[in-house]
Amino acid sequence: MNMDFSTSLSKTAAQKNPDDSAPTTREPRTASEPAKLESVDQGAAPSPEVASRPRWDEVSVSQVTPKMRAEELHASFGSSEVIKGISLPIAEKLVTAIIGPSGCGKSTFLRCLNRMHEVVSGATTKGKVLLDKQDIYDRDVDPVRVRGRVGMVFQKPNPFPTMSIRDNVLAGLRLNGVKLKDPDGQVEKALRAVALWDEVKDGLAKAGTSLSGGQQQRLCIARALALEPEVLLMDEPCSALDPIATARVEELIHELRETYTIVIVTHNMQQAARVANFTAFFYLGQLVEYNRTQVIFTRPQEQRTEDYITGRFG
Amino acid sequence: MNLGAATYVRRNLVDRVVRTLCVVGTVVALIPLFSVLYYVVVRGIGGINLDFFTELPRPVGETGGGMGHALVGTLKLVGLAGLFGIPPGVLAGIYLAELGGSKFGQAVRFAADVMSGVPSITVGLFVYSLVVVTTKQFSALAGGIALAILMLPMVTRTTEELLKLVPESLREAALGLGVPKWRATLRVMLRTALPGIAVGVMLSVARVAGETAPLLFTAFNNRFWSTGVMEQEASLPVNIYTYAVSPYEAWHEQAWAAALVLLATVLILNIMARFLVRTRVRAR
Repeated sequence: MNMDFSTSLSKTAAQKNPDDSAPTTREPRTASEPAKLESVDQGAAPSPEVASRPRWDEVSVSQVTPKMRAEELHASFGSSEVIKGISLPIAEKLVTAIIGPSGCGKSTFLRCLNRMHEVVSGATTKGKVLLDKQDIYDRDVDPVRVRGRVGMVFQKPNPFPTMSIRDNVLAGLRLNGVKLKDPDGQVEKALRAVALWDEVKDGLAKAGTSLSGGQQQRLCIARALALEPEVLLMDEPCSALDPIATARVEELIHELRETYTIVIVTHNMQQAARVANFTAFFYLGQLVEYNRTQVIFTRPQEQRTEDYITGRFG
Repeated sequence: MNLGAATYVRRNLVDRVVRTLCVVGTVVALIPLFSVLYYVVVRGIGGINLDFFTELPRPVGETGGGMGHALVGTLKLVGLAGLFGIPPGVLAGIYLAELGGSKFGQAVRFAADVMSGVPSITVGLFVYSLVVVTTKQFSALAGGIALAILMLPMVTRTTEELLKLVPESLREAALGLGVPKWRATLRVMLRTALPGIAVGVMLSVARVAGETAPLLFTAFNNRFWSTGVMEQEASLPVNIYTYAVSPYEAWHEQAWAAALVLLATVLILNIMARFLVRTRVRAR
């Protein structure tokens, strides 16, 4: 029964059905709402710009241009399978959140998107992950190059302790042997992008680890951005931060989605609701539901999604 | 929860007794250390003068003279030992930390542990039969090789342990930036562990600097300045031994002075290691 369930769901996701307009039997009260939103979508189309790129919170699943797409992805640690066949598109220049209870495979899935999963010994994957239609698990794809295009920010801020703030920002470029034409400019650009410049510009030579937790996390984001990736993966980037630092990082995500495709794993459902255009709910290594964030949180199609977001389990 | 006044009185008492025992234990452990330091300084300071560092020993009966050749000899032997011992030791340590999960890695780790327990005189004997017998002479080279073999397991295991202390999250950070694994290991993992490794290496250098047994029949001893590495070489520990067992009072004083110099050398090496590492880290 489980299996049927997941296949039907992955199909839904793959076919990009505008399932937010599908009538919900459980909550008839909300059935009229999608129609209303659609009309807002069309109503707000006087300028062609707006039509080509609808407001961030009103993009429907059918309008997604996928930057990446997982296809029947399986991932295991040794003999235990953690991801059991997930298909999920990652919308270009939008934010996709992955939510789900601990151990449901969200982080593992994220790490499969830039081939960091296989770094752990005994970890294997099956299936495809397309990045601009190229399977990153193809035999002649170098994982090192994939990681240059798909950057990652980790749960705990991890600036390099032996490097200054400045060197941390440039670390990705330097460690890759890139000749820097304008290092100062690049440092400033990356630090401005994460709104850290004004706070640290007078102490760029200080150790990266001397910053506060929230600043360190933004430094790590700057370090990832300095490589100019196309996709940014964030693995619970705020779980080690206090509410104020969390707010800063979330604000940052809002700004970054103009330029980058972002995937964020989070335990915090309010956070997903605040930052993400699309939300995927994972449970026990399977994709239960994928839709517009607003739909997931107001009219989930699946009982398990509803149980999870209303705090009945997880 | 209230366990009754008696319980708390008893707990406080136990706390005090255990704390007192710890303090007493610490003091007992420190007594020999400070006694040795004190005794060496008191007995050795009289023999220390400029001549001691620059002169050769005088024949029995003449006063004065020094152990300049032995000091230089010890530095030379330790230098050779570092040259032969540190690079393979550090590389083996990296291997163990990065790829040491294999059967071969476990074997290497076991061998290193066994090796660090091998009596130093056995190593001396081994080098004697391998180097001294083949080259038909005692030499600084043979002494250096013997000390290097003693250093190897220490350097290997220190490097491994310190690399393992570097949080895995830093490697992930580097790999996540699209850095190849070998470069992440060298430029991030090794670089982060470097201060600790340097201190560990210096400690192992300091330890072999005081070794006597493996030098007895490899570098042997020399009453004169030696040139190059293919001559027999004087060293402070061997000279301390030779002078201390002699029947001459003046030589005994020289032996104490040599012991003090050796102690100071080890101390300076340690302080230098820490200082160098600290300034380098701050400069970056």
